[in-house]
Amino acid sequence: MLKSLSVLAGALTAALVLTPAAQAADPDPRDWDAVLEEARGQTVYFNAWGGSENINSYIDWAGATLKDRFGVDVVHVKLDDTANAVAKVLAEKAAGKNEGGSVDLIWINGENFASMKRQNLLMAPDWTTRLPNWAYVDHENKPTILTDFTIATDGLESPWGGAKMVFFHDIARTPADSVPNSSAELLDWAQRNPGRFSYPQPPDFIGSSFLKQVLLETITDKSKLRKPVNEARFAEDAVPLFAYLDKLHPSLWRSGKAYPQNYPDMKQKLADGELDIIFAFNPSEASAGIAAGELPDTVRSFTYDKGTLGNTHFVAIPYNAAAKAGALVLANFLISPEAQARKQDPAIWGDPTVLSMNKLSAQDRAAFDALDLGIATLKPDELGPALDEPHPDWMEHIEGEWLRRYGAAN
Amino acid sequence: MTGGVRLARLAPPLTLLILLGPLAFGLAGTALPALGYLPELGGTEFTTAHFSALAEVPGITRSAVLSILIGLVTTLVSLGAVAGFVASDLGTCGFARMRRMISPLLSVPHAAAAFGLAFLIAPSGMLMRLVSPWLTGYDQPPDVLIVNDPLALSMMAGLIVKEIPFLFLVTLAALPQTRHVETMRLGRSLGYGRIASFVFLLWPPLYRQIRLAVFAVVAYATSVVDVALILGPHLPATLPVRLIDWMNDPDLETRFLASAGAILQLGVTLTALLAWVGLERIGAAMVGRARNCGHRMQRDRIVRAGARMVMIASAAIVFGGIAVLALWSVSGLWQFPDALPANFSLRSWMQALPRMSGPLATTLAVAGLSTLIALVLTILCLEREYETGRGRGGGALLLIYLPLIVPQISFMFGLQVLSIWLGVDASFPALVLAHLVFVLPYVFLSLSDPWRAHDRRHDLIAAGLGMSRTRTLIRIRMPMLTRAILTAAAVGFSVSVGQYLPTVLIGAGRLTTVTTEAVALAAGGNRRVIGVYAFMQTLLPFLAFAIATGLPGLVFRNRRGLRV
Repeated sequence: MLKSLSVLAGALTAALVLTPAAQAADPDPRDWDAVLEEARGQTVYFNAWGGSENINSYIDWAGATLKDRFGVDVVHVKLDDTANAVAKVLAEKAAGKNEGGSVDLIWINGENFASMKRQNLLMAPDWTTRLPNWAYVDHENKPTILTDFTIATDGLESPWGGAKMVFFHDIARTPADSVPNSSAELLDWAQRNPGRFSYPQPPDFIGSSFLKQVLLETITDKSKLRKPVNEARFAEDAVPLFAYLDKLHPSLWRSGKAYPQNYPDMKQKLADGELDIIFAFNPSEASAGIAAGELPDTVRSFTYDKGTLGNTHFVAIPYNAAAKAGALVLANFLISPEAQARKQDPAIWGDPTVLSMNKLSAQDRAAFDALDLGIATLKPDELGPALDEPHPDWMEHIEGEWLRRYGAAN
Repeated sequence: MTGGVRLARLAPPLTLLILLGPLAFGLAGTALPALGYLPELGGTEFTTAHFSALAEVPGITRSAVLSILIGLVTTLVSLGAVAGFVASDLGTCGFARMRRMISPLLSVPHAAAAFGLAFLIAPSGMLMRLVSPWLTGYDQPPDVLIVNDPLALSMMAGLIVKEIPFLFLVTLAALPQTRHVETMRLGRSLGYGRIASFVFLLWPPLYRQIRLAVFAVVAYATSVVDVALILGPHLPATLPVRLIDWMNDPDLETRFLASAGAILQLGVTLTALLAWVGLERIGAAMVGRARNCGHRMQRDRIVRAGARMVMIASAAIVFGGIAVLALWSVSGLWQFPDALPANFSLRSWMQALPRMSGPLATTLAVAGLSTLIALVLTILCLEREYETGRGRGGGALLLIYLPLIVPQISFMFGLQVLSIWLGVDASFPALVLAHLVFVLPYVFLSLSDPWRAHDRRHDLIAAGLGMSRTRTLIRIRMPMLTRAILTAAAVGFSVSVGQYLPTVLIGAGRLTTVTTEAVALAAGGNRRVIGVYAFMQTLLPFLAFAIATGLPGLVFRNRRGLRV
């Protein structure tokens, strides 16, 4: 209560003092000392998905460290859907609030990024490549850092973690030699084991990713996926995908009449024995689940030899953020070797790093090497190739078509 | 008796302004984009195109019809159960027991009860675990669709178990204003069965008093989001869930569709209410015919047992669900078909507690303040009503119930835009005001009946002793109504604690409460964490009700007449 009152008082004072002044220039990360100076005393409202306790703990840690070292307060605004933050910025733009906005930093992925970039809702120009810790980022070898779902990031969002689609099964129920090695084999497996596989209902992010994986494996001309959908040819291009789904759905959990809510729901259903094969976008989810007592220690991972979807998730600063300097300091801290090594530890979070081991000091590299990735996590060389995300336009079309075909009838 | 309580004169207009202002602006803020006007997204011309687009959405008719049916069936069953139980058990020990159970039942938030129910009845749920594999032979849960069924049966069950306590409480508050003891005695002495005596004689005046609360239940059930997310059908989902999806769509153009949908939701709720009024007519005609036939319906044992069973089952489901969630909050690995977790761990609590203090403080501050303001306004409004002699029914104060009847979704987005425009979003006063819009009607609903039933002769005696109206209000009336006031406060408090949508939209994510945290974490589907938060969410209103029940006895321990 006291805290909220003092925040309120602070906001009122700030409003009174700052209103007449002209819009201040955005902080420039090339003059990092000035950024640090301006950031001191700021409160950064970091809008990030709040559905996972280990991620929340990690963000708490980052906030406490920032407070200690740079005098920046970090408040984690816990979202149940990232689009809420996008909508908030939009509502502010609608109300003409072009500065002093309520969102300072957003944890974002391709579709929301594409939408914000299109609507000019992001802080510009390029700030990410000017961050001091950008020097460690592996932008040469990880192409998804510079193009997010085929959209150029243009330095408008700073990478935070890697992601790759990985499948999980429990060897106590499903022997390791019986698991599928492609979407085609998965269909075969599902038909032999009816009711034991499902995917979250689109537009859930993980569910949509499953559809994209099948699309990537079934489309005849992959180069089409790098461009927006050709409206006239979409129906034809998507024939193999929907033929696949038509065959798969009768064998799904609950015969496709209900779907898991999201990835954590699938994890619970694996533990409950409702599902036998699940998947996630974080290779060490299963190890983290075992460590947390949510999954039995007989759970293991697998991917496809020919590759699964891979991408990067980012943080971005809205154009009207109130604490831009503080947001820059936080974004820079999040790609520091220290923060990235902690993030990759399955006991903490287990999210793959965006840094290049070759660019790190020996000491920093040792911290990464010392991580115990856990019994259910594949080594980086076992993960298989990463397939690029299609243009976001594909996802919109596929989600719409999915809803038209399967969304209304039982 | 001149002058009256001075502040009371201002109270009714002020109350209406506080309630109807946000409602009107919010609705306008929704209607404009629905008609194509939202300049920031390129909508500068009025058009009906978004409504046409809405009509094209696959399964939209089914979603809308489903919402209407859920509203009607839920209300019919829960009202029937409450009426049947009151008819058959009024005056018995069981009735008194149920009466005491009612506050804890009320204090369980809808979402928590829904989670509890889902885990009880799912194929891998508690009930199945208790009988597997020794009775069923299942080592793996059977692949049958129970939760999220297309007919929304589990969702209706989830709503019914939570609406029963609410309607029961409202009925309890209205009973003293009917001469129920004499009425039932009269019916029985003429040879009518309990149910018949109740339905023919007591129900018509009783129903007239609780009618608005019943309308609120219809409206709520047609527009509820959280329960529908947890228990409702998926393909297609009910209309409110689809609205939320559209509002959350990364493609911001979908906002237009969402706004048009929010207007459709308004129509859906109104249709359900109209249908309900139709059902009232049919019901009244049927009661009239049955009465005129002269049947005394003495053998009503089956109906009575049925009503009692629904009441007890609903209480058992809510308590059982919460107990199982509490168990989840301390469980380690807990696999099917184990009836108990393999090991226990305080990990979820240890992680959650340190992070809960901020939201907890906000929850308490917002709930406390909005309840206090609601109480003061309600008391002054009722005092004014009493002074002017204008009773219930005709007054403009009926408008107080509008926020309960207009679906939240239909005006909350518009209100959010307005609050940002005024620069008051994410501010504590704005959040209190947003909560007040919903707390005030419930406080009014709970307090107005006992207040109106208060014996005026006490005031006449006080006036005879030379007391002013203000002094009479403070020294005589309020102490005598302490229990009713505290109960109303507890209701208001729990309504505030349970608010999700207004807190998220007006609090802008900066002012978080236990409930917004719970829903954000529920997105992660982790039953252990949900257990922790559902428990806290339940605990706060429960404490409020415990205080409301216990405090009068403590304060008035030296005044026998004021004890109950």
